[in-house]
Amino acid sequence: MAADNEVSAIYYIQHHLQNLTFGKHPENGWSIASTSTEATEMGFWAIHLDTMGWSIAMGALFLWLFRKAGKAATTGVPSGLQNAVEMVIEFIENLTRSTFHGKNKHIGPIALTLFMWILLMNSLKLVPVDYFPQLFGKLGFEYMKIVPTTDINATLGMAIGVFLMIIYYSCKVKGVAGFGKELALTPFNTWLLAPFNLILEIVGLLVKPISLGFRLFGAMFAGEVIFILIALLPFWAIWMLDVPWAIFHILVISLQAFIFTTLSVVYLSAAHEHH
Amino acid sequence: MNINMTLIGQTIAFAIFVWFCIKYVWPPISNALHERQKKIADGLDAASRATRDLELAQERAEQTLRESKEQASQILEQANKRSAQMIEEAREQARAEGERLVAGARAEIEQEINRAKDELRAQVSHLAIVGAERVLEASVDEKAHRDLLNKLAAEL
Repeated sequence: MAADNEVSAIYYIQHHLQNLTFGKHPENGWSIASTSTEATEMGFWAIHLDTMGWSIAMGALFLWLFRKAGKAATTGVPSGLQNAVEMVIEFIENLTRSTFHGKNKHIGPIALTLFMWILLMNSLKLVPVDYFPQLFGKLGFEYMKIVPTTDINATLGMAIGVFLMIIYYSCKVKGVAGFGKELALTPFNTWLLAPFNLILEIVGLLVKPISLGFRLFGAMFAGEVIFILIALLPFWAIWMLDVPWAIFHILVISLQAFIFTTLSVVYLSAAHEHH
Repeated sequence: MNINMTLIGQTIAFAIFVWFCIKYVWPPISNALHERQKKIADGLDAASRATRDLELAQERAEQTLRESKEQASQILEQANKRSAQMIEEAREQARAEGERLVAGARAEIEQEINRAKDELRAQVSHLAIVGAERVLEASVDEKAHRDLLNKLAAEL
């Protein structure tokens, strides 16, 4: 992996940051992109197989683990997996209790899904950066980027999910008219300034998912790039930087999952409140 | 870093995961947690109730003990009184009996003395007669002088 020259280093980095893309290429038709340019040329009608695969795998892992614990859940003395799962659930319950002021029994599961899913996806980052690209390279896949949260599509996708929930609950709690009125009459409570209010509020509304998605993506992507850069060092020197960075990232991984979850809960709480 | 359908795919995946979590994952664990919470709270409640009961029982036991002690001392006192009374009665009886015995003995002694006196008198009269016979050297008709002799004996 030593960077003998700049070109190979740049190629290495770019290679590690390219998703395995399946889509409709203008010339090759429906196929897996074999270069970055091909992936770009596919435009919107393409899908990142690695992002989707790994994120679904992590989501399924989360649901399987928690479902397993839930099936075996006893009211007696818990042990092993149930202990760990209950710890997470209690953590989420405390989080929602302290930040969510509406009445909605679905907020807990929503926050739990967000937290555990993001946490698991983020923790894929602690896998050394070359393992899976090499393995899948042997299997014939040109690219393999295993951390879904370093893909803007994944983080923004989740943020859009949260955004849709914000809209849904706003309309459900206040009614469509009530929600529209809220958008039109805050912060200035007069119909005269309604257009101005609308612009302000809609921008404010749209900023929520965008900031959510970009925050997570930024933190994860930056960390990933550093990992890749560290991997460019001579093999005997890698651990000196890699270990501290990975230890630091244990914090980042959980912190980013926590921030995403907390902010989502706060946004959803705001959606339930009447102004 | 292209925005593409992955965005929508992720949103759909997220929606499905949330749905699954709401439906199948959250309720059993959350229920178990809350049930356990309730159980623990009930247990603590029961414990405090038991402590209170214990206190009450102790109090009651103490009271019973006190009462029984009081009763016991009362009974003891009564018994003491009764025994003193009995002793007194016995003493009285003994004294009466003693007096009776003493009186009996005295009467017997008196009787004995009287008898001895009589005997003595008889003997004296007999001796007197014998003496008189010797003096007179003649027989005295006992029958003829009975009254005289008896008079003499009575005077002794």
